[in-house]
Amino acid sequence: MTQASNLLDRREAVRALLADRGDLLVISGLGSSSYDVFDAGDHDGNFYLWGAMGGAAMMGLGLAQAQPRRPVLVITGDGEQLMGVGSLLTIAAHVPANLSIAVLDNGHFGETGMQRSHSGLGARLDAIAKGAGFQSTVKITDMDGIAAFRSDVRRLSGGPKLALIRISTTHVDRALPPRDGVFLKNRFRQHLGIAVT
Amino acid sequence: MNIAALPDDITNRPDWPGAIYRTLKDHGVAQISYVPDAGHSRLIELSHADPTIKTTVLTTEEEGVALSAGAWLGGERAVLLMQSSGVGNCINMLSLLSSCRFPFLTLVTMRGEWAEFNPWQIPMGKATAQAFEIMGVTVFRLERAEDATEVVSAASSLAFESDQPIAILISQQMLGRKKWTETK
Repeated sequence: MTQASNLLDRREAVRALLADRGDLLVISGLGSSSYDVFDAGDHDGNFYLWGAMGGAAMMGLGLAQAQPRRPVLVITGDGEQLMGVGSLLTIAAHVPANLSIAVLDNGHFGETGMQRSHSGLGARLDAIAKGAGFQSTVKITDMDGIAAFRSDVRRLSGGPKLALIRISTTHVDRALPPRDGVFLKNRFRQHLGIAVT
Repeated sequence: MNIAALPDDITNRPDWPGAIYRTLKDHGVAQISYVPDAGHSRLIELSHADPTIKTTVLTTEEEGVALSAGAWLGGERAVLLMQSSGVGNCINMLSLLSSCRFPFLTLVTMRGEWAEFNPWQIPMGKATAQAFEIMGVTVFRLERAEDATEVVSAASSLAFESDQPIAILISQQMLGRKKWTETK
């Protein structure tokens, strides 16, 4: 696939999505998505995955069910979501009103040598989510779309929502969030007012 | 044509699924996820019937590992129900537990051991305990219905108060020999 020059810059897209985030809670999928979320500004309400490929959306479901008064956003890549594609069915079946998923789709496995992904080979994750029963699905190709989805994810109703965000494969520098899982877990729980015992 | 399995003389057995349900409630479990198994059917029914427990059916078992971790991040205790054949599916996702020291409790109904008639169940059944152990999960065994409360209570304390990953393997002997009937 040739790279169209008008595709979104992933860092700019994620920064805009997380601007003035309010009480938004964020789970990021391993690899570039975690770097993007960290680059947009570290926050106690971020949980960065460094492994557990395919699990980001399901962590989002468990969190959304535990925190129904907070909007929860999973930001992940096409490859990570493809590995957990069944979780789209599980999430749709349980209708978590406060959960949104943003799939940063460059059509490639960016961390492992830019092999083309199923998404790059024609699979449409937004259509799969719609078929699974997501309440709302959207394909985003410009910053106006990001702005609209940003407002949408802050609402505690109408979920689950999935946005497929088409991004460029242009190289960006790594921005590495903390890797200590125990630290990230305890920091996140403290942010929610849960005492570390 | 479907083939459904029915446990034999179920009315004569102690209500160990009920005991497990009450024990999980006592320990504050608020989310239960599962891939169905006939041996878990009563507990699954009890969970669905309880409006204070969020009950989630999964497409594959590793989803439940991630779900439990997310629930804990949000301040809730979760339990995963599955059959032994699903344990292998969880291997890489279990790394989440040790990397972040997440509490984790799973109840696993065993196949491939006591009076198993399906040879395809045996390889994963034989490897179930080892599969958990190589990923750092502590394995308890529940062999007798009358021990259900004590074993599940001890495992819940270890999981949720000492941040440990725990699996309870429920003996196939407790589930009884399967009688197979054909239904439309």
